[in-house]
Amino acid sequence: MTDTATPTPTESLLRPSRLMSRRNAAERRFRLYGITAIAISLLVLAIMLFTILRDGVSAFRQTSVTFPVVLTAEALDPSGSLDAAAMAKVTTIGYGKVIDSSFLAFLQAEGLAVDGLSDKDARAILSKEAAGQLRAQVLAEPALVGQTITMTIWTNARIDGYFKGRVTMESAERDGNVSPEQLQLADLLAENGALSRPFNWQFLTGPDASDQRPEAAGLGISIIGSIFMMIIVALLCVPIGVAASIYLEEFAPKNRWTDLIEVNISNLAAVPSIVYGILGLAVFINFAGFPQSSSLVGALVLTLMTLPTIIIATRSAIRAVPPSIRDAALGIGASKMQTVFHHVLPLAMPGILTGAILGLATALGETAPLLLIGMVAFVDNYPSLSAAGALDPATALPVQVYGWAQRSDPAFIERSSGAIIVLLIFLVIMNAAAILLRRRFERRW
Amino acid sequence: MNKMQNPETLVIANANKMTARKVQVHYGTNHAIKDVDVDILDKTVTAFIGPSGCGKSTFLRCLNRMNDTIPVCRVSGELLLEGENIYDPRVDPVQLRAKVGMVFQKPNPFPKSIYDNVAYGPRIHGLTRNKAELDAIVESCLKKAALWNEVKDRLDSPGTGLSGGQQQRLCIARAIATSPEVLLMDEPCSALDPIATAQVEELIDELRSQFSVVIVTHSMQQAARVSQKTAFFHLGHLVEFGDTGQIFTNPGDPRTESYISGRIG
Ligand SMILES: Nc1ncnc2c1ncn2[C@@H]1O[C@H](COP(=O)(O)OP(=O)(O)OP(=O)(O)O)[C@@H](O)[C@H]1O
Ligand SMILES: [Mg+2]
Repeated sequence: MTDTATPTPTESLLRPSRLMSRRNAAERRFRLYGITAIAISLLVLAIMLFTILRDGVSAFRQTSVTFPVVLTAEALDPSGSLDAAAMAKVTTIGYGKVIDSSFLAFLQAEGLAVDGLSDKDARAILSKEAAGQLRAQVLAEPALVGQTITMTIWTNARIDGYFKGRVTMESAERDGNVSPEQLQLADLLAENGALSRPFNWQFLTGPDASDQRPEAAGLGISIIGSIFMMIIVALLCVPIGVAASIYLEEFAPKNRWTDLIEVNISNLAAVPSIVYGILGLAVFINFAGFPQSSSLVGALVLTLMTLPTIIIATRSAIRAVPPSIRDAALGIGASKMQTVFHHVLPLAMPGILTGAILGLATALGETAPLLLIGMVAFVDNYPSLSAAGALDPATALPVQVYGWAQRSDPAFIERSSGAIIVLLIFLVIMNAAAILLRRRFERRW
Repeated sequence: MNKMQNPETLVIANANKMTARKVQVHYGTNHAIKDVDVDILDKTVTAFIGPSGCGKSTFLRCLNRMNDTIPVCRVSGELLLEGENIYDPRVDPVQLRAKVGMVFQKPNPFPKSIYDNVAYGPRIHGLTRNKAELDAIVESCLKKAALWNEVKDRLDSPGTGLSGGQQQRLCIARAIATSPEVLLMDEPCSALDPIATAQVEELIDELRSQFSVVIVTHSMQQAARVSQKTAFFHLGHLVEFGDTGQIFTNPGDPRTESYISGRIG
């Protein structure tokens, strides 16, 4: 007793002890590791964003030529009746000829000529897609026949690539699809002011196009498919997942069965997504007979895949609600159900939302299972925009990225990166929505 | 001594509200409550005292079946509320808890407004027919809990934004808003300063006119001040149960005496 009363001589506080400086050094080292790790991940993220933007931003602009097109009545309405059925007999070949002759006439009028460039090669710099678009436009508005309209028509992907730096005079020498003379003509057109690079709405709204026409390839169908799937996944996953979590967390007895279920949910979250694709193929398409390539089947597969994630996130959000809140509610005679829905769920809401959005974001970016259920097929027709459209064939954004990245024409690499940008924008929108919702639900306790 | 005697003889006249006979509580293999017999009288304050871990909270939680929420907890024996066994399979614990309210050791207001905290019980039990009645209940309960003057201008601000002592009084207001017949309080003043403690003790004394109060406390003075009956628990046994005056002045068991005089616990 008396020993503790006399103060033992201590070291000065002004000098750190040896142990203290070692502890501080360890702390500094740990901070350094942390900062390094964060710096590396930020760098990787920056590099990734930079390459995607560098390769992809140009996909949103498309080199086009603007010139007057003479819609000659003899070519487009041979019967002279302006009758829709009769006019529909004229195929895109007929319209292609109209465009070609108008383009050649335009070149002649403007005095744009390149030595050694045949008429055939000169008009080949225009996209073959233009004829079909003009045909649709004229059939929709027959009064145009006989008039001269100013059209802005895409150039083909090589000419487009020339202005985006993908194609050079040297590479054109070796390229069977484009010649240096064609590039010279493009230069002349650019000087003349007939060339422009407007925003390419078709890239966002149009359907996919064949290998030969990268300039026409668009994301329209895959965006619709992805939106359909996200809606269905959200409608199925969130209620089922949250209900299952509430039951397991608050109501289910703790016994061997619930332990087994618990283990299996964790396991399911770790199952490779392609396995869900095989499951979807076997169950939804082969057994239940849902239409192949439809966004409904895609959504069902993604729902199966996302459910475990959402259940795990929701359960931990529910578990994080302090038990004292449950005691408080039960203590004044609230039923279990009232306790959960009046007190536990509102407090768990931010966590549930985060889990749900994370799950949906993973589902949005998922490719492998969709390949197996046929969503990789080339789809040319828009799904109907009603609920029944979920049964129509569609693709999805990540699948489109995958499909384009596989094609040989470098123009598709640009499209692929452009599609990734669209995908990232979707993800950012979803995350922003999650943050906003969290803010709305967040409460202090 | 004679002065002490008078209120207690009054108390003895009160009817039995709750009766416990041979109550056993097991947490898994841990035998936490052994053979406890207690009578909780109507309109009386009963204090549970005893060293930490002796089972006061456990026994208190048996009285409104809050132990049901602990999976490993098993209760046996007989616990009657006005002659009806509350552990009868036909009894719905939710209904029981509306009659036997509880205030916890740690203030646990809902993360809702002060008004909603108090109004929650009356709302779910359908005690009011309109907003005016609800307003009246909220006001009278907050007044009884000695909180009205401090919060009457900010009934819409969150209950969690109050100080610890205010939160505890809010929890008391919330518990009495459902007009329980018995109010269980587990160390309700452990987070309060002496002034708030005095207010709560005064409140407990007032509540006694309407229903029975059971209070767990570590403060001998508090037990002596507010209660008419005292139960002393030790290692899961009920060592002594009797009139507060007698327990504190003339304990029958040596363990009670050494606990009260600060030698065990
Ligand atoms: N949820 C639980 N699960 C398992 N054992 C428990 C649980 N709660 C309490 N016990 C055990 O029951 C016994 C009594 O605990 P109890 O909480 O009733 O003590 P107490 O008298 O309230 O103590 P204190 O004064 O510290 O609050 C202790 O041995 C404790 O370990
Ligand atoms: Mg306790």
